[in-house]
Amino acid sequence: MISRLSLPNAVKGLPLPSWLGDVASVWLAPILVLAALVAAPLLLSDFRVALLGKFLTFAILAMSLNLIWGYAGMLSLGHGVFFGLGGYAMAMFLKLESAGGKLPDFMFWSGLTELPFFWAPFQYAWIAIPMTFVVPAALAGGLGYLVFRSRITGVYFALITQALALIVSILFIGQQPYTGGTNGITNYTTIFGFAINSPTTQIVLYYATLATLALTYLLCAWLIASRFGRLLVAMRDDENRVRFSGYNPAALKTIVFALSAGIAGVAGALFTPQVGIISPTMMGIVPSIEIAIWVAVGGRGVLLGAIVGAILVNGAKSGLSESFPAIWQYFLGLLFIGAVLVFPSGIMGLLRGEGWRRPEWLAADRLPGFAARVLPGVKR
Amino acid sequence: MIGRRARQIFQTPASHAANGAGLGAADDKTILSVEKLTISFDGFTVLNELDFSMKYGEMRFLIGPNGAGKTTLIDSITGKSKPDRGRIVFDGGTDLTRQQEHRLVRLGIGRKFQTPSIFGSLTVYQNLEVALGFRNRITSLFGGIRSRESDRIMATLEEVALVDRASEVAGSLSHGEKQWLEIGMLLVQEPKLLLMDEPVAGMTRREREKTGELLQSIGSTRSVLVVEHDMEFVRRFAQTVTVLHLGKVLSEGDMETVQRDPEVVRAYLGHGASGNRTVAESSQPRRGTAAGV
Repeated sequence: MISRLSLPNAVKGLPLPSWLGDVASVWLAPILVLAALVAAPLLLSDFRVALLGKFLTFAILAMSLNLIWGYAGMLSLGHGVFFGLGGYAMAMFLKLESAGGKLPDFMFWSGLTELPFFWAPFQYAWIAIPMTFVVPAALAGGLGYLVFRSRITGVYFALITQALALIVSILFIGQQPYTGGTNGITNYTTIFGFAINSPTTQIVLYYATLATLALTYLLCAWLIASRFGRLLVAMRDDENRVRFSGYNPAALKTIVFALSAGIAGVAGALFTPQVGIISPTMMGIVPSIEIAIWVAVGGRGVLLGAIVGAILVNGAKSGLSESFPAIWQYFLGLLFIGAVLVFPSGIMGLLRGEGWRRPEWLAADRLPGFAARVLPGVKR
Repeated sequence: MIGRRARQIFQTPASHAANGAGLGAADDKTILSVEKLTISFDGFTVLNELDFSMKYGEMRFLIGPNGAGKTTLIDSITGKSKPDRGRIVFDGGTDLTRQQEHRLVRLGIGRKFQTPSIFGSLTVYQNLEVALGFRNRITSLFGGIRSRESDRIMATLEEVALVDRASEVAGSLSHGEKQWLEIGMLLVQEPKLLLMDEPVAGMTRREREKTGELLQSIGSTRSVLVVEHDMEFVRRFAQTVTVLHLGKVLSEGDMETVQRDPEVVRAYLGHGASGNRTVAESSQPRRGTAAGV
């Protein structure tokens, strides 16, 4: 299930032991990607590194969605919420550190006179940092258990998670004294005593994000290679057979959904200090759907696919928005349509030689004569 | 509570004695006892105070015209349909109507579905691995497979003749092979009672023959309940047959007896059919039953 790239023929011809070939086919691509990401800060400007650091948090987020969508077949359209919750938990810590024992500014403006009880624990890093995983995981676990116990699957599950994204973002906008409302939580000055905007701090955060990404990759790779991972794929293929094989699919799905939400939360926690703000716009429906686009474009059910998809789509997004400020969103739309219709296994599928699929409506007998003659490769 | 349950188990309904099945000298020979089971969907009664029982180590075939309630009976044994009234007692004490589906597997009930229900993107070996893992604690699913378990998988692959296919993706198997794989997934769990819904549907003659032999070898060590429409197959491999009609047991016994039962002939051929045809002559009973159901 781990991504296997076909090796170039030149490599295949070398007299290498076969196990080395196996190791290479599984690990070559991830190692190359990792090496490129390690070297990136040496080659890019501070601005680009900051951007790439943000994309890496998106890559972790995309991997968390890929775990449940690509493998277990559960499409969550509410992963922005879990990302956001992790981001807010981190923001609460940073805000309290920056406030230096006083009330955070936005609370003061909203008329609060003392720190709300649920904010107080977040002044300690040893509580706040685990909470970036625990809070989203607990929400996903609770919601997931109710949903999966009622055997809600497929598109209905996607719709419920989408409703969650709407509800939570509205809730956060409405509770201005406690959440900062539409503006979110911003204006941090320090992290663990270091100036948060200094280039050195940002580089450290970049490498911390990269290390988290690598660890998440290893965790997912191990999980998917295990029997538990095969059970996830089995649930995607035939949930009923899993049930009639003596497992409780509701419990299994709840576990993996909570784990995925926790990972998304950690990604959010890394996003906040690098970008300097977390706001409800990160938790709404649109960003939640975007995550699914990254995974679909990169390649569902391939671990590396989510990383590649998140970095490329976001890279394209910022590149295109600089070059074509007026129409860049159309390019993204085309990319997604392409991923759905023409290369359903995503970029990783193309690289693995699964090639592209000609959509049914492009079949020769469905096309008018001139189109069939004009379009390359369409035989009558 | 336990006392009441125990009493109910030892008081076998009189109807069992009447149809001659399941009532031995002692009730510990009965693996499955369905008592006065009634199920209706939208006011239409599918099973009507059905009494049915099976002994340990017995292979039973369940036949009957369309709509007789065969699949519903299997559904209710595996917890898929909840009955309005009645009980299903399994293995000397558990009332199956109160159990969740995945718990039934732990009690020792395996079910094969009508269409092959396997994990298409896993290999044949991994399919069995998943099926075998249900007894493990969830934590042990993160570790490797034990050699004892892998031996068990290979032995099962041998049994269902899929050893050569072990590392192939299950989705690429032929229809017949998928059916065998599903049977293998049940066998690897070592159930006490196997329920099979039309195991030979859509199979070629050779595949049917092979499946029949497989069923016989399975049936020599455990209880098997087979729902089947293919009369030729039933005649060839069945010892005891139960005929279901309109949610009740119409007839029970060996194939010879059942075929000659005028009630059965009437049920299968529908109203107004000529009386001199027997079930034996009608290899596709489904076509003739529309009027009767």
